[in-house]
Amino acid sequence: MKFKSIITAAIKSILKSRMRSLLTALGIIIGVAAVIVMVSIGEGAQQQVQEQIASLGSNLIIIFPGASNSGGVNRGAGSFNRFTMDDVNKIKDEATYIKYISPIVRAGGQVIGGVGNWNTSTQGVSPEYLDIRAWKLASGEFFTDKDVLSRAKVCVLGSEVKKNLFPNEDPIGSLVRIRNVPFKVIGVLEEKGQSAMGVNNDDLILAPWSSVLDRLTGGRYINFIQASATSLAQMPQAQAELPRIMREAHKIQPGEDDDFTIRNQADLADAATATTKVLTLLLGSVAGVSLIVGGIGIMNIMLVSVTERTREIGIRLSIGARATDILVQFLTEAIMLSLSGGLIGIFLAFAMGYILNNYTAQPAVIKPAIIFISFAFSGAVGVFFGFYPARKAANLNPIDALRYE
Amino acid sequence: MSKIIIEARDLIKTYQVGDMEVRALAGINLKILEGEFVAIMGASGSGKSTFMNLIGCLDQPTSGDYFLDSVLTSKLDKNQYAEIRNQKIGFVFQGFNLLSRTTALENVELPLMYDRHHRIKDPRKKGVEVLERVGLGDRMDHFPNQLSGGQQQRVAIARALVNEPSLILADEPTGNLDSKTSVEVFALFQQLNSEGITIVLVTHERDYANFAKRIVELKDGKIIRDRIIDKPLIASEEMEKLKSVEVNQEI
Repeated sequence: MKFKSIITAAIKSILKSRMRSLLTALGIIIGVAAVIVMVSIGEGAQQQVQEQIASLGSNLIIIFPGASNSGGVNRGAGSFNRFTMDDVNKIKDEATYIKYISPIVRAGGQVIGGVGNWNTSTQGVSPEYLDIRAWKLASGEFFTDKDVLSRAKVCVLGSEVKKNLFPNEDPIGSLVRIRNVPFKVIGVLEEKGQSAMGVNNDDLILAPWSSVLDRLTGGRYINFIQASATSLAQMPQAQAELPRIMREAHKIQPGEDDDFTIRNQADLADAATATTKVLTLLLGSVAGVSLIVGGIGIMNIMLVSVTERTREIGIRLSIGARATDILVQFLTEAIMLSLSGGLIGIFLAFAMGYILNNYTAQPAVIKPAIIFISFAFSGAVGVFFGFYPARKAANLNPIDALRYE
Repeated sequence: MSKIIIEARDLIKTYQVGDMEVRALAGINLKILEGEFVAIMGASGSGKSTFMNLIGCLDQPTSGDYFLDSVLTSKLDKNQYAEIRNQKIGFVFQGFNLLSRTTALENVELPLMYDRHHRIKDPRKKGVEVLERVGLGDRMDHFPNQLSGGQQQRVAIARALVNEPSLILADEPTGNLDSKTSVEVFALFQQLNSEGITIVLVTHERDYANFAKRIVELKDGKIIRDRIIDKPLIASEEMEKLKSVEVNQEI
């Protein structure tokens, strides 16, 4: 039989029992739609995480104290793995690919002011810090180099802190007492929301690092350093030059391990992306199972159809159809059923994607690859589950088939 | 002398039914020439259906040789059997065996779809032609359930003719039809036979067998009688008689 007449015969036969065909294909429709939607939700989550991490400042570099690999020898905390402003200044002077740099000095504790008190983290940073994190002020202003020099008792509140201490009034100009030291509020940060890593970047107070060091923590050690590369493209160069400068600053001999760890936002993004990728895979495979169940439905109905049409098969065999002709006919029907189910499933997935993107907070990113894969998979399901019924039809004995009532 | 279309040499067919071996055909020897109109008769269980399946290449003999159109078929495989059914034999069944929800014309064209050699270049034209030949030129787009039994059987005959076979095999073709329609169908067979088509017919009704030119009788898997009918009944004349009976009844 010619290809065209095979296809026409299959379409005719499918259209003969529309309701049954639709119900049979429903398994595939739901399966394909589920695969596409699930994977797209995974993709959407992945993109959301990536965007959130990028919003933290994609060229952000963080230098932590403590060697990443101690080589079996534990130097012990405080042996040398604490940073001082000397490290910051050396990087500032020598690094060519670092645009902004800031120390982070952390001081926890109770903050009193406004309507009550609140436990939060006060961070001593440099005036460049806002640029490093790409944060913005909601009101007021940020402190300057002059404030750093004079160890001014000024601070900028995170939106969460503002909400708790000054729920109904403008805090600018008010005093807050951090560990009993009064600081004047000069600005409020814009609300950023929960970050991807679970850190609440709204629940903090920023103050000049010199003020925090002198007036709150005491001593000269800073907790870690944050810097931003001149551009995203120059991240590799920045990451290459930083260890050299730091090793020099800490006088580490060749062969000895670093006593610091450098991480960048891309690493964090990679880790987060890997997690969501596993999630996507998981969602996709669960949906894939429903596609296979749909295939079993096709096999079921095709077996019924072969029995019902035994006489038709007998007629075809008696007028000269070969076993292969019958096989191809039934296999084509199964494939057409599953492919049309796949096609409808794709439309359904687009509709669901549209609803998700426009009416829910969960974005779905439908990629062409997953459409292609799930469509091809639905075809493969048709071949796989259509083959057994088709072979059963093809192996019928013409005499028995003709006598079948 | 005419060409030999069917030559059976000592055909034996046995079936295994449980522990019993049933001998459906016990050595059949038969020659049928081109242009003959043969009725094969016998009671049920005589082996006529088995014999029909063998000469129709739907089944293979247990032993013996069967030549169809000078081709020894006993040694062919399934696909070659299918090809012989497609090219050399046109079947007409008792139950018409048309595809439902498929028009008369599409039913008739069906054998051409399975013709791998595409001997007939324009299936549609050929389908129309044979339907006109059996007198259904005006029913081509009708579905089987819109046609009377006699019309359905004529569609089946048209389907049997469409591949220009060497032989038409009819298995109780009038079993489901009333006597008037049956005679009409035989008139058509006689007309086709007069045009040179070889017809082999299986029936158990002696009245209809008398329309054939030769009657072969089977019993217990053997041929017990084989005779030429000198003056077969002419179906068109019988139709006239039936009509006059009707007229008389009306009077």
